[in-house]
Amino acid sequence: MKTYIALLVMGILTQNFVLSRFLGICPFLGVSRQTNTAVGMGLAVTGVMTLAAIISHPFNVLLNNMGLEYLQTTVFILIIASLVQILEVFIKRYIKALYSAFGIYLPLITTNCAVLGIVIINAQEAYTFPQSIVSALGAGLGFLLAIFMFSIVRSKINEAHVPPSFRGMPITLIAASIVSLSFMGFTGIAQGLGLA
Amino acid sequence: MAKTKVSPLETFSKGFVKENPVLRLVLGTCPALAVSNTMVSAIGMGIATIMVLVMTNTIISALKKVIPSKVRIPAYIVIISTMVTVVQMLVKAFLPVIYDALGVYLPLITVNCIILGRAESFASKNSVALSILDGLGMGIGFLAALFSISLIREFVGGGTILSGIQSLLPFLSGSSFNGVDVASAVSQYTALEPIKIFILPAGGFMVFGFLMALVNRINHKKGKPSVELGCGSCKACDKEAK
Repeated sequence: MKTYIALLVMGILTQNFVLSRFLGICPFLGVSRQTNTAVGMGLAVTGVMTLAAIISHPFNVLLNNMGLEYLQTTVFILIIASLVQILEVFIKRYIKALYSAFGIYLPLITTNCAVLGIVIINAQEAYTFPQSIVSALGAGLGFLLAIFMFSIVRSKINEAHVPPSFRGMPITLIAASIVSLSFMGFTGIAQGLGLA
Repeated sequence: MAKTKVSPLETFSKGFVKENPVLRLVLGTCPALAVSNTMVSAIGMGIATIMVLVMTNTIISALKKVIPSKVRIPAYIVIISTMVTVVQMLVKAFLPVIYDALGVYLPLITVNCIILGRAESFASKNSVALSILDGLGMGIGFLAALFSISLIREFVGGGTILSGIQSLLPFLSGSSFNGVDVASAVSQYTALEPIKIFILPAGGFMVFGFLMALVNRINHKKGKPSVELGCGSCKACDKEAK
């Protein structure tokens, strides 16, 4: 049980995917202008990450047993690409409300490095099946938390007077730096809780 | 289709400054931030990306008539991930220290927007020779951006320049040169300490932000618009988003 809590805490706070591992920066900067779209993107990424972790785990075991570890990257990116396609078709057909809420984010997720990142990290760390699900869930929730908080920070920037050179991307990155700084406060939390 | 003819030299050199993938088009931000805490890993990442970019551009350009346009994106992704695997194995075999330093970011070159972006917007439309030049130029631009970010981060944050260079250039391993340790060289004259935050993730965002502000300032002086997030210029994402 302790390992699972540690994995969750690590994904959400101490090893936050966006703010300390720099994965998923593109959607983090691109889709964080408004809080509701940011949360939509965050939820879609969390869902796809967890599903990708579930599906890729048996493939990883299979590759390891056959001594084909070097095919990991190719197999995983194909799994993610087809998963996203199938998910899109399925949701479009059966869950219309969900599609209208998250549909636009789905195609953008294929080339999102956070999804491939979590699958590769799970394989490299040799997590068991439940462990890899929890680590993917934690990483996804960490992404959601980061993008949600950042969208609120950005709405404040919109009302501020920013020097012309810093308008747009530069001030966004510097704001991200300060949000990332605040997450550094969590560094010791895993040891503090006796989890690590 | 009256298209202005672009010279091979311009195809090669446009990636350096004019269309610098990181600082002008804001592509490949994840690796640019993640591995730029030390210069050695940044240069390693830059070289690995150049290799992948040149190989994928060559293959995709050679196969442009064979790949049906409907399934081109999956085909490109398979080609790219294969080339990334090749480079990953080469790095693991010859530069094991760099392999450990780059960690998960080496296989993640697969999803670097620069590579799919060049495949879609250049290699699929141009000759093999031009595509190689384009890949080299864009790759060098990527390397240059990573080099400048990592130079600032390592110098201010760690007080060193090119620390651990022997792991990147094995032929130096006999010599005594293994990077310049500025901090300990000046420590007997002043009490200057490196500002640690610059090698931490927060420093990465900050240095990148300030560099981009500098690019914006130069752009504004020339009457050009500000830098915007590159997802629009990466046509693969752009088309899928519609």
